[in-house]
Amino acid sequence: MEGNPITHLATIDYAIMAVYFAAVLGVGFALKRVMRTSTDFFLAGKTLPAWVTGLAFISANLGAQEVIGMGASGAKYGIATSHFYWVGAIPAMLFVGLFMMPFYYGSRARSVPEYLKLRFDEKTRTLNAVSFAVMTIFSSGISMYAMGKLFNLLLGWSFNTSVLASAAIVLAYVTLGGLTSAIYNEVLQFFLIVFGFAPLVGLGLKAVGGWDGLTAKLNAASVANGLPQGAYTHAWQGMTHASTNPIGVEWFGLVMGLGFVLSFGYWCTDFLVVQRAMAADSMTAARRTPLIAAFPKMIFPFLVILPGMIALALTSGAGASGMIPAKMANGAPLVDAAGRTVLDFDLATPMMLVKLFPSGMLGLGLTALLASFMSGMAGNVTAFNTVWTYDIYQSHIKPGATDQHYLWMGRVATVGGILLSVAAAYVAGSFNNIMDLLQLVFAFVNAPLFATFALGMFWKRTTGHGAFWGLLSGTLGAALHHGLTLPVGATAGVKGGYFGLLHTYPSELAQTFWTAIVAWTTCFVVSIVVSLATQPRPETELTGLVYSLTPKPKDTDVPWLQRPASLALIVIVLIVGLNLVFR
Amino acid sequence: MSSMEGLDIRAPIGGLFSLLGLMLAGYGMVAGSRTTSDVAPVTNVNLWWGLVMLLFGIFMLVLSRRAMKRS
Repeated sequence: MEGNPITHLATIDYAIMAVYFAAVLGVGFALKRVMRTSTDFFLAGKTLPAWVTGLAFISANLGAQEVIGMGASGAKYGIATSHFYWVGAIPAMLFVGLFMMPFYYGSRARSVPEYLKLRFDEKTRTLNAVSFAVMTIFSSGISMYAMGKLFNLLLGWSFNTSVLASAAIVLAYVTLGGLTSAIYNEVLQFFLIVFGFAPLVGLGLKAVGGWDGLTAKLNAASVANGLPQGAYTHAWQGMTHASTNPIGVEWFGLVMGLGFVLSFGYWCTDFLVVQRAMAADSMTAARRTPLIAAFPKMIFPFLVILPGMIALALTSGAGASGMIPAKMANGAPLVDAAGRTVLDFDLATPMMLVKLFPSGMLGLGLTALLASFMSGMAGNVTAFNTVWTYDIYQSHIKPGATDQHYLWMGRVATVGGILLSVAAAYVAGSFNNIMDLLQLVFAFVNAPLFATFALGMFWKRTTGHGAFWGLLSGTLGAALHHGLTLPVGATAGVKGGYFGLLHTYPSELAQTFWTAIVAWTTCFVVSIVVSLATQPRPETELTGLVYSLTPKPKDTDVPWLQRPASLALIVIVLIVGLNLVFR
Repeated sequence: MSSMEGLDIRAPIGGLFSLLGLMLAGYGMVAGSRTTSDVAPVTNVNLWWGLVMLLFGIFMLVLSRRAMKRS
């Protein structure tokens, strides 16, 4: 894959990249000497302070999907993309910190699937462990694929070079220092992404004439796209009806599908992020992890969505010289049914970097992009090696081996996980729709899982059979809904409609939200029905695993302002304020 | 107390950002104000953002120093 690069890097840009990677590998080497036991390797010895695990908690999720994807959505859907944060992630993070973390951290479980074994049974755990392992490999492969493609396009590097070089760096620091190394590097990456993207927003706003200039240009763009004025700059105004907002969803589908099911499903049950909190040094620190993470997460829309919106403002009406290039098909720009050019939204943020940053800052911005891809990989690979070693290898293949053996297995699993991710990256290259597919997998796997956890933690009557069959039928329910509906303008296939066509949604996101709602509801109802028909476990076995049978955690050892409940209260006030300002 | 506390992450963060800040600010002083395309404003973003990063780096180094002295 050789192409004509859009830009060239100067020596200073390469020097910045080199310094950053030297620092990343240096952290790995410095931690190598303290990795003695499997707990050190897999759970970071449970010794990290809350601010470190808190930043890692959001950083593990800052892969290609987040940085490139949120910019792309900003250009496609405008400020309404912030619902992923202000309706979705933040409330879910408060919930996991206040109510669920006591069970994860306090139950002796080393992973989320292991909690399912303690609470329910082996089959529920295995179902979750296997689907989670597959998901991590695909997520990490997609981060790699996105990176290879982007650097090929921007700089003319070959796809193989960029994929293999980044795989080698991630492999080095994860095998050397395990989860601690991954978490420490995630903290470095967090700051790098903030410092690499903040000036992009500053320069971009200057280029469009400030917030007022942005609003005026986007008003014109929304009218040109058949939407009411302000559709791209108001998050709530058009939500009463699906036809008056760019997402094509009404408030119920948004709050229920994105806010309640998808976001709670991801942030509360995905071991990738929960693992960061489980590495904290105390119960209070573990509970504070997602709450501390909520503060920077709240302002992330300005960092990752705003560049996409600015790119749209600089594209709309500018013709071929616009910021976002047209999507190409067979060498010609793609045109939709209404005669409008289809834009390649995935290039919104990368093109902003290339066109607004001079040499020097460009090196920093691209390093931040690289770092985000690598944290996407490292986060998934560390979660994969833990679940593989504890939940699949130790419980099914070789139980009862020594700690040294599992530590060794963890390192082997890291190598294996990275090799599989490389393979997944090449598989991703042969599909043109892999990002959509991944979103769908989240709706199939994570959405029903949240019903299982909510019932398991808060209703002591839930049984193992109930959980297992609920989970399975939730996933089938998602498939059924997806197979019977289509987003507008799509043909039957990976986008749905493979069982026939009952309903057409105005956008892919609207369809995904409703798929998630169906999956969650099916799992919730089936779990309750099956649980009532089967034998519950004795209450004495459920202490520490179910809310009503566990002593409430006391936070009186820390000052009032640092207690989880007070932090959550501050976050709620701020989040309501943000929603009101950008309504 | 665990051996893991041998590495305070604020030290490498401080070192990395101080160095990156120095490199950027130094480059900005030599190269001057730049613009890269017809939409980009003319600024010396390298110089002033380099200085911001340097300040952040020094702040992190100071924090890790103080923590080390205390223990």
